[in-house]
Amino acid sequence: MSIWGEVAVAGVYEHPTRYAPDKTAYQIHAESARGALEDAGLGMGDVDGLFTSGVGPIGILSLAQHLNLRPDHLDSQAIGGSSFVSHCLHAAAAIAAGLCSVALVTYGSTAASERFAIGTGGGGMGDPADHFEAPFGPTIVGSYALCAQRHMYEFGTTSEQLAEIAVTMRRHAVLNPRAKYREPITVDDVLASRLISSPLHLLDCCMISDGGGAVVLTSRTRARDLKKRPVVILGGAEAVRHHGVGERDLLDIAARQSGPLALARAGVRHADVDCCMVYDSYTITVLLTLEALGFCRPGEGGAFCANGRLGLGGDLPTNTDGGGLSSNHPGMRGIFLVIEATRQLRGERGAAQVSDAEVALVHGTGGMLGQRHSGVTLILGRA
Amino acid sequence: MSDAKRPPRPLPRIDEETRGFWEACARHELYLQRCRACRAFRYPPRAVCPACLSSEVEWVQAGGRGTVYSFTVTYQNQAPGFRERLPYVLAVVELEEGVRVMTNVVVCPSETVRIGMPVEVEWEDVTSEVTLPLFRPRA
Repeated sequence: MSIWGEVAVAGVYEHPTRYAPDKTAYQIHAESARGALEDAGLGMGDVDGLFTSGVGPIGILSLAQHLNLRPDHLDSQAIGGSSFVSHCLHAAAAIAAGLCSVALVTYGSTAASERFAIGTGGGGMGDPADHFEAPFGPTIVGSYALCAQRHMYEFGTTSEQLAEIAVTMRRHAVLNPRAKYREPITVDDVLASRLISSPLHLLDCCMISDGGGAVVLTSRTRARDLKKRPVVILGGAEAVRHHGVGERDLLDIAARQSGPLALARAGVRHADVDCCMVYDSYTITVLLTLEALGFCRPGEGGAFCANGRLGLGGDLPTNTDGGGLSSNHPGMRGIFLVIEATRQLRGERGAAQVSDAEVALVHGTGGMLGQRHSGVTLILGRA
Repeated sequence: MSDAKRPPRPLPRIDEETRGFWEACARHELYLQRCRACRAFRYPPRAVCPACLSSEVEWVQAGGRGTVYSFTVTYQNQAPGFRERLPYVLAVVELEEGVRVMTNVVVCPSETVRIGMPVEVEWEDVTSEVTLPLFRPRA
């Protein structure tokens, strides 16, 4: 039984909202489900697999009621912002195994209108390791900042190189009418913005917005008869990194395991990848992720991400919607990575279209680099 | 270093797996857990050795010396217990025993902290039961 190449993304929808104080998260789930099913040319009656996260430990039960679905397959994998990328990987396995035939992945959040202090709030005390970390005040941005500082120390990476990543994402957002921040910025603007947790400045950090989205997956055979040109899952893998028994290595991230495995499963080389959608919670996340995925050698991420390489027209256009740094970030951004990669492979992106995009790499990070985190890589291709 | 006027940080839960560590901290002694069967250190402490699955535990006194493996000066944290202390230095310190621990570097201006800086443990008595192992520069 093969998974790779057999399952397609048939419908996608990115909710247009960035600030929705009058909506509930469940409403955004439902509106996004409708959008993705319309995009595929399917209806609620076709859905027999439901995938979601961010709705609480057993919130998928409430979501099923809200959508009045009685699916044969449920999966509320919760590994942080990468969860929705993982859902697409699990949906591919479930569809290939015959556990369901049409999988619906939904996401909705009102993080901005509820004023969640995601990046700079206090840490939780739910898990054993938290009791050895939270007393010392690791914010999320602080945890990533530890990684950035170490990368600078080991390899001479500069704040200017990190800033270039933010500048490139903003350049992409200028082309995206729905992006939250569309005013062009310069490297100097990033460096002049206030330090949140050294060496990371305000403009090295993603925003907090409201929003949501949905993805519909089915077999490649069935997708051929649906509305949109199918995009197939060529390969995928997931991984976790933590500190084991005390050997914390801040630069060894999950992408180093999931990336090569996903590429091998897809039979795709780095040179075949036309564009990347990677979680950009912070500028350092992009640098460490592309490095760990193997697009450059360890330590070379700073130079690799500079000089326009990640921009449209560059060697490796990345986050062509503006990413979490400039378009939207409702707290768990993974689903938008799959949505934007799909739109690129369909050729729907207009001024932000990567020419002849045939293969896209998606990588979601969940949890926190520097503490415990997940990484999920998907390789998507034109059918 | 304790400052009764400031709201408390989140305090660790002391339980069967971690009592040996926190009771030593309360005596101003840094102890690391080691597996009696396979001799592996493990931090944070836990009841079962993930290497050999033994429950036989011993506690070994650590020297309390190490070097800064990484750090960040935190300028923004809305959580009570931290917003009153800004800016503060969050750090990972590599102990001489090889274990890397999350902590704060204190008793020095934050702009003087560097990776590789030699540090030693500095105790913060937070309550009658909880003392946190922080670190300060050493000569």
